[in-house]
Amino acid sequence: MTNLTDLTVAEIRDGVAGGDFSAREVASAFNVAVADARALNAYIVETPDHALAAADQADADRASGTLKPLSGVPLGMKDLFATQGVQTSAASKMLEGFKPEYESTVSGKLWDAGAGMLGKLNLDQFAMGSSNESSYFGSVISPWKGADGAQLTPGGSSGGSSAALAARLCPGATGTDTGGSIRQPAAYTGTAGIKPTYGRCSRWGVVAFASSLDQPGAMARTVKDNAILLEAMAGFDAKDATSLDLPVPNWEAALSGDLKGKKVGIPKEYRPDGLNTEIAALWDKGVAWLKDAGAEVVEVSLPHTKYALATYYIIAPAEASSNLARYDGVRYGLRNLPDGAGLQDMYAATRAEGFGDEVKRRILIGTYVLSAGFYDAYYTQAGKVRTLIQQDFMKAFEQCDVLLTPTAPSAAFPLGGNNADPLEMYLNDVFTVPASLAGLPAMSVPGGLSADGLPLGLQIIGRPLDEQGVLNAALALEERAGFTARAEKWW
Amino acid sequence: MTESTYRIQGATGEWEVVIGLEVHAQITTESKLFSGAATAFGAEPNTQVSLIDAAMPGMLPVPNMECIRQAVRTGMAIEAQINKWSRFDRKNYFYADLPQGYQISQLYHPLVGEGQIEVILDEKDPNSPRKTIGVERIHVEQDAGKLMHDQHPTMSYVDLNRSGVALMEIVSRPDMRSPAEAGAYLSKLRTILRYVGSCDGNMDQGSMRADVNVSVRRPGEELGTRTETKNVNSVRFVMQAIEHEANRQVDVLEAGGKIVQETRLFDPDSGSTRSMRSKENAHDYRYFPDPDLLPLELDDAFLEECRASLPELPGAKLKRYEEELGLSAYNAAVLTAEAETARWFEELLSEGAKAQKKSEADVAKASANWLMSELFGALNRIGRHLDDSPVTPAQGAELLALVADGTISGTIAKQVFEIMLETGDAAGKIVEEKGLKQTSDTGAIEAVISKILADNGDKVEQYKGGKEALFGFFVGQTMKAMQGKANPQIVNELLKKALA
Repeated sequence: MTNLTDLTVAEIRDGVAGGDFSAREVASAFNVAVADARALNAYIVETPDHALAAADQADADRASGTLKPLSGVPLGMKDLFATQGVQTSAASKMLEGFKPEYESTVSGKLWDAGAGMLGKLNLDQFAMGSSNESSYFGSVISPWKGADGAQLTPGGSSGGSSAALAARLCPGATGTDTGGSIRQPAAYTGTAGIKPTYGRCSRWGVVAFASSLDQPGAMARTVKDNAILLEAMAGFDAKDATSLDLPVPNWEAALSGDLKGKKVGIPKEYRPDGLNTEIAALWDKGVAWLKDAGAEVVEVSLPHTKYALATYYIIAPAEASSNLARYDGVRYGLRNLPDGAGLQDMYAATRAEGFGDEVKRRILIGTYVLSAGFYDAYYTQAGKVRTLIQQDFMKAFEQCDVLLTPTAPSAAFPLGGNNADPLEMYLNDVFTVPASLAGLPAMSVPGGLSADGLPLGLQIIGRPLDEQGVLNAALALEERAGFTARAEKWW
Repeated sequence: MTESTYRIQGATGEWEVVIGLEVHAQITTESKLFSGAATAFGAEPNTQVSLIDAAMPGMLPVPNMECIRQAVRTGMAIEAQINKWSRFDRKNYFYADLPQGYQISQLYHPLVGEGQIEVILDEKDPNSPRKTIGVERIHVEQDAGKLMHDQHPTMSYVDLNRSGVALMEIVSRPDMRSPAEAGAYLSKLRTILRYVGSCDGNMDQGSMRADVNVSVRRPGEELGTRTETKNVNSVRFVMQAIEHEANRQVDVLEAGGKIVQETRLFDPDSGSTRSMRSKENAHDYRYFPDPDLLPLELDDAFLEECRASLPELPGAKLKRYEEELGLSAYNAAVLTAEAETARWFEELLSEGAKAQKKSEADVAKASANWLMSELFGALNRIGRHLDDSPVTPAQGAELLALVADGTISGTIAKQVFEIMLETGDAAGKIVEEKGLKQTSDTGAIEAVISKILADNGDKVEQYKGGKEALFGFFVGQTMKAMQGKANPQIVNELLKKALA
């Protein structure tokens, strides 16, 4: 019998349903794996009892013939989702020890679907970062190692999710994506992740970073698992005013890697001078695979791509500077009240202590761009450019059904490698940010390995609401890439 | 439009006062603007707070369309432009009573645009000057919580019950030129809000409060620098604040000083204003569109429903009372000044018309007179308001109908009304039980008259001798003997016959 922790979400679901093994056996195996992998620092909180309770329920449901879509599947929950009674920290000192009395809509839907929780996954603090190094609880260490044995980033901000998937510490996980926080970590770890159309998954109960960009999504090791998880996570929520009031398609059932009659666009602006040759080569392979799957490949233009990163780093910090104002030491979370201090002193001391450098950097940038005298030059202008970027995509989608691009400009980099210059770090988001600004569904799937033996990802971007098109193109890539590499266990 | 001639007489000449009001009116709804929490006044601290109002991590606002509806109806009531596309903005600042660290408001695209309110400076004077005050905009926004500084020696406590409650901010043009105009504007606005039902107008409970913008200038010259006096919570205080602030500004200017643009506070005890925060220390609120909320788009059906649900407004009502019911300008003004009074009066009319089988116009004058003299007087005496009057409109109409059809006299009606006030009984029942019915039985009256004339032979002689004033004496004696229940008209007729 195979190792239970190597199974996919679909295999676990079907195996539990078919009686091949019990849900308790699965949960127990993962609980052991999680406890054994603390060196990776993927989980901030382990919740073995939650996983076991859900497993026992699944086993009982099987006996009574009332299995649910995710019965027996234990998941990792990014620690940005509020989980009732379980610490929800956003990887910050500010919210260390904060246990919400409420459950986020997305996590609640997963539990209602029968899933259990293995623990709360580490992330960049308040989901701000591309390397998972900004977590107050320490960096997540990728199970993959550099050729020289260097410790690598699992990507960010959903780095706990990607590392846990790659190390088989969960079969599926939640992520959130604001500028690439699902797709880039997936690419760095040889896993797959989808950010659906903005509004597909409720943001209610997800600690906010940048409201107009934040979108929960699924992460797993296969495209099919992503479809399964996303189906359970998505759906209209009256508690989120930006939620889409649309039925959730049956994505899993409609999965097909046959792309006959489909057109795939290759945006020429995504191939800048100096693009990493390995990335360029992988992209070419991706083009060939999609052709092989029956698709017609066309070149398209997204002329405003070069402004996307600047636009993102105005809008996201602006919203963040306001969203994070609630962490003031008054009602919950950290309070630092120096002796004899007044209200302003308490704010300053609390926020100085509770936020890490990257969070402070973005609050400062955001406060600056919204300030009187700068607002029009930055925020208003960024809003206009955002509209142009959205229009670029809409024009491109007149010529094609999906876009194929690399997910990230390089393979995973060593921990500490990009810390000297925040701008270098921001460049990691160059291929993922445009789809976020346009609210489009986008997915990363593993495409192959670099010369150093590190995973590289390919990104599919789709029309609004066309998650199916994205999943199907990703499936066609997955079927042809035959990615089976995994990190050697060293932890 | 009549220009006010209110002037402040300074040492160096006359000064004109320019006033604009920003009125914050709490929207009457069961729940808050963006959360399902309740809004009742006076609840125990922090018992009406949702996760959203407390700004817990990951919580999101969802607009309460009833609040939007009430603001739209208010806009329609002042003939304002209703913007079918509006948007919420965040106003960012830190304070302990503001859990989110921002207030959700509408800066760039308010729900309601330009409108106007006509004010009558003295409602008791039919020839009073009238003036149209422009309203620049109405937007909806969240209220903040409340800090309590008296609960602990070194700490302040926070009550979030009010946090997130829906407010309308109604911003006037700087069209007012005297404390009286500002007072009339605020009163009229309050009346309209109460008619529409969008705000209860209870200024003492903070449901309505005004920020008062005042500047002074030489008549006809350019606008002066203004100050803003915050949170003034009665019509009288607003007038006091303006008077004080205008005079203070004149004093400063005449002493060669400059007016500093600043925020001031009104002290009701001294009737004066004092500086709170100058422009240099003003916040940079970093307004930007709230990314948690989509733009608010209203369709025609929604607007149509808002319009259809509007009641007859005070201006139209006053006109109708004068023209169709034939009431005096003063009576019409008094009866329309409060929605509750008009409602009561109209029910009295409708019941009265039914009871007397006449048109409402036919019973209007008697109804208005009775309501304004008898009922108001009585309520005043017993310290009650119309909304908890011991006598209902139907009961009042029954009483008036008994007078109209001659069952009782006006004098007896006053007695019956007193009993009604005490017992709550119906007029007909009282008249029946106490035997107060007016008699038109000519036989009985004639018998009484014969006895009186027989007992007062001397006076009969004097009357017949030309002392006609004695007729009143005989009427009085007859009525007295009949305990006031004789029909006075018949008494008159029979007496004249008997004395002829």
